[in-house]
Amino acid sequence: MPDISKNELKLNTDICVIGAGHAGCEAALACARLGFETMIFTVSIDSIALMPCNPNIGGTSKGHLVREIDALGGEMGKNIDKTFIQSKMLNVSKGPAVHSLRAQADKSDYSRSMRRVLENQENLTIKQAEIVEILFEGENGKKKVKGVVTNTGTTYYCKAAILCTGTYLKARCLCGESITYTGPSGLQAANSLSASLIENGIKLRRFKTGTPARMDGKSLDYSKMEEQFGDERIVPFSFSTDPESVQKEQVSCWLTYTNEETHNIIRDNLDRSPIYAGIIEGTGPRYCPSIEDKVVKFAEKERHQVFIEPEGLYTDEMYVGGMSSSLPEDVQLKMYRTVPGLENCRIVRNAYAIEYDCLEPNQLQLSLETKDITGLFCAGQFNGSSGYEEAAAQGIIAGINACRKLSGKEPIILDRSEAYIGVLIDDLVTKDNREPYRMMTSRAEHRLLLRQDNADLRLRRVGHEVGLVSDELYEKTVLKQKLIDEEVSRLKSVIVGASSRVCKFLEEHGSSPLHTGTSLAELLCRPELSYEILSELDPERPILPNDVIEQVVIFIKYEGYIERQMILVNRFKKNEKRLIPSDIDYDDVSSLRLEARQKLKQFRPENVGQASRISGVTPADVSVLLIYLSRFNESKD
Amino acid sequence: MNNDTIAAVATSLSEATIGIVRISGDEAINIVDKIFIDKNGEHSLKKYASHTIHYGFIIVDGKMIDEVMVSVMKAPKTFTREDVVEINCHGGVFVCKSVLEAVLNNGARLAAPGEFTKRAFLNGRIDLSKAEAVMDIISSESKAGLDNSLKHLNGSLYSKIKKSREEILYEIAFIESALDDPEHISLDGYTDKLVSKCEAFKKEADELIATFKTGKILKEGIKTVIVGKPNVGKSSLLNVLTGEERAIVTDIAGTTRDTIEERVLIGDVCLKLIDTAGIRNTEDVVENIGVSRAKNSAREADLILFMLDLSSEFDKEDLEIYDYIKDKKHFVLLNKTDEENAVDVEKIKSTFSLSKDVFLISCKDLTGISDVKRKINEDFLSGTLKTDNELVITNVRQLNELKTVSSSLDLVKDSIEKGLSEDFYSVDLMNAYEAYGRIIGEETDDDLIDEIFSKFCMGK
Repeated sequence: MPDISKNELKLNTDICVIGAGHAGCEAALACARLGFETMIFTVSIDSIALMPCNPNIGGTSKGHLVREIDALGGEMGKNIDKTFIQSKMLNVSKGPAVHSLRAQADKSDYSRSMRRVLENQENLTIKQAEIVEILFEGENGKKKVKGVVTNTGTTYYCKAAILCTGTYLKARCLCGESITYTGPSGLQAANSLSASLIENGIKLRRFKTGTPARMDGKSLDYSKMEEQFGDERIVPFSFSTDPESVQKEQVSCWLTYTNEETHNIIRDNLDRSPIYAGIIEGTGPRYCPSIEDKVVKFAEKERHQVFIEPEGLYTDEMYVGGMSSSLPEDVQLKMYRTVPGLENCRIVRNAYAIEYDCLEPNQLQLSLETKDITGLFCAGQFNGSSGYEEAAAQGIIAGINACRKLSGKEPIILDRSEAYIGVLIDDLVTKDNREPYRMMTSRAEHRLLLRQDNADLRLRRVGHEVGLVSDELYEKTVLKQKLIDEEVSRLKSVIVGASSRVCKFLEEHGSSPLHTGTSLAELLCRPELSYEILSELDPERPILPNDVIEQVVIFIKYEGYIERQMILVNRFKKNEKRLIPSDIDYDDVSSLRLEARQKLKQFRPENVGQASRISGVTPADVSVLLIYLSRFNESKD
Repeated sequence: MNNDTIAAVATSLSEATIGIVRISGDEAINIVDKIFIDKNGEHSLKKYASHTIHYGFIIVDGKMIDEVMVSVMKAPKTFTREDVVEINCHGGVFVCKSVLEAVLNNGARLAAPGEFTKRAFLNGRIDLSKAEAVMDIISSESKAGLDNSLKHLNGSLYSKIKKSREEILYEIAFIESALDDPEHISLDGYTDKLVSKCEAFKKEADELIATFKTGKILKEGIKTVIVGKPNVGKSSLLNVLTGEERAIVTDIAGTTRDTIEERVLIGDVCLKLIDTAGIRNTEDVVENIGVSRAKNSAREADLILFMLDLSSEFDKEDLEIYDYIKDKKHFVLLNKTDEENAVDVEKIKSTFSLSKDVFLISCKDLTGISDVKRKINEDFLSGTLKTDNELVITNVRQLNELKTVSSSLDLVKDSIEKGLSEDFYSVDLMNAYEAYGRIIGEETDDDLIDEIFSKFCMGK
């Protein structure tokens, strides 16, 4: 071990962001944009905003996250709008709440474009270095971040640090019998930081994830696959991107399937899979199962889908979606070659599983600051999540809250009724997740309200209050809301008479005739009638932008459902507002059941709502807690 | 105060008491006014002064349910510091429940355990120093509620609800996995299937709701009969299980002349234990009655505990008794391990061709008893031990949850008819699932996510 302590270089900054992946980029940009001197460290300058797994941004519920990041003033949406090569709105046949945008990225372009944004950002400095130690001051219980040390021995003093180490901490990659101690894509792992964290009382655990092989596109036979096109009319991610600017030529993806032969090869070689051989100790995500897992757990399925997706325009490399694996290379090649179109495939990069250290997330507050160390924030895969979008969403929140901490302001906490980001962070911090956490629409109990189409209306205000959204942009959103409200109330008040002309018109459109005067809003509620169709009955209609009309139609058509969710939200908010003092002594609450008391001590929830979501805490425990708190507050006054 | 209005039976629900239904909240007076008429046949409740009591009738759907006295107490000088109405019912338990049901149908919500006390406290009616006591009330009432949950009382009702609940969860998981992974899982043509499934789910819930109307009090447990030759220790076992000296125990064969019934809680399971006269071919008249009863009981039993005496050779009588019961759910208990064995256990096993559920016990020094108890619990919870008792819902809380199930399923159907997509009504399916969960006292937490991942293959 070389002695790095001879390096006497000591520098000062406000905030250090460790890691320049999707979480790190959003965190660093937020900090710098809010006026703080920010350093962002990465083990490789070429891996900024790297996409080491799937070549796309968005998808079900993840698309929602990207929109929310954008509404708060983040970068991910803008960056993918600049660098996508195919775009698709998923679930369009379903309700608006589950419509989700997904775009294939040119990976290299995405990464370089984000790097450029970072480089051009005032107050932000990029540094290629591995952080090996976090410096603290103060005693246990009152510890504070003081700085970070690089692998070359340079100290950066700072007031806050944001850990965005992704899958790099003590990473090891497994491909059959081969084990390499590297991060994703063969990049250098960060092997020292874990020890520094553990030494300071931070509890870590081991997670795993995996990625499929990349193929040389020239070796694939696309005539045996189904072509998957992008949407004809492309919708951008960012609310500030001009929709016209993203209409462009798109590339295709391809669909093919595994078969019994593939599955037999996998079954015959399971003993050589590090997971089944017990070599991997980390917990893997159920959402992204390896092909081995799929074949074992769903033995009755005769075939699994395989999506062949381009990694970018700059390369022939193709991503083999649906077939991540940790089988050895010889088995991989044999297995992939059984898939139609892949008979002569050449593997550019092998599939592998990766294991890494990450945080036991009950050590986090909802602000993403650690409970025990002031100024230490954490975001991204380090917190036990999975996915670029989940990481970015935490990154921007951690960045915002680090700044607010330094300015002496209350943290921004989005609750479960306000944003998917709120659901994500609450779940990460409150639940006992045993695998990398992926966002899903089914996790958002208020999802009818948390749509990707209204993320701006939900969150621009927060972004503006924080300082990441300009006055001009915010005023646009305020105006949009005003137009929506006006149009909704106009449609509710304009009554269409039951004349024979109207009845004939309705019948022509497969709708039943009127017996009495009916409002335009009521007509719009009929599934067979649209806003466009009704224009004929609505001569006074103002000219409105499409995004306003979209909101008006959703609001009116689904009003009953939206109202029902609003009632639930109001009920939910009550307990969220009841804060629990951080110095509460649960042993003093004698009527709590033992299990509840233990869980509350372990998770230290910040409010009663959060407490009620901890598994093992019953409604009766919550009532007991409420009563205790009311006494507690009283005696404090 | 934006609290909703709550209601509950304020007295214990046992036979022959006057029941009081208490309602508290902003809407208390309005709600009761809808179902109460005075002796002149008028809805006059809103006119009364605070802290007055009135004679009249509770009317539901034009039918008189009960003759009652109603107290009106307006905020703030009430127990909860909210408007409070109390209905004194005279017609016994069933009527009292019907009145509560009427109140709930008119806009009140069933109070949670200890909720009146909780409101009283939070509204400053109860002294701060009493906080401890209030918290204790809530946790003990909640515990009592759990102890009364179906899991403990009625195995077949429990397993029926559990099954229906699991089927609902499967449907939600299917919908959600398709919404989250539309490229792997398709919902094409699914709606039609779901409509008929929902109808079946709703029918089950409605059937259970209907049982409430019969007003039967659930008092059956798992009907358990102890059989065996005289003097194998049946009465001793009964005493051990009930913890009391009930049956007369002597060493003279045939001393138990009558069938003795005893209800006993074994862990989570309520057993209705029946000790019979020894099944024995005998000329003795008195004992003959006992024997025939034993045969009958064995026929009706949910569980038979067949006892053999290890200290004496078994004979054809044992075999004959075994013949009666071998096709029923039974455990074989080899008693008197404390005495010298006259028979070899392996020999017994082969003679009776026994493979499992054989226990070596001693009623004297209590060896092996806990194993028997544990097995009873396991089999009950796994559903292999069931009762044929009629399924009866007697508890208003459970009734209320069942109604939530039923109405949520209506909403699903309604949404489907309106042409709305799955993401709208999976919420209502979830409500039905959660309501069932509250009935059987099970947390829902991450059930859905687990079900999605275990039943459907998704992901990149």
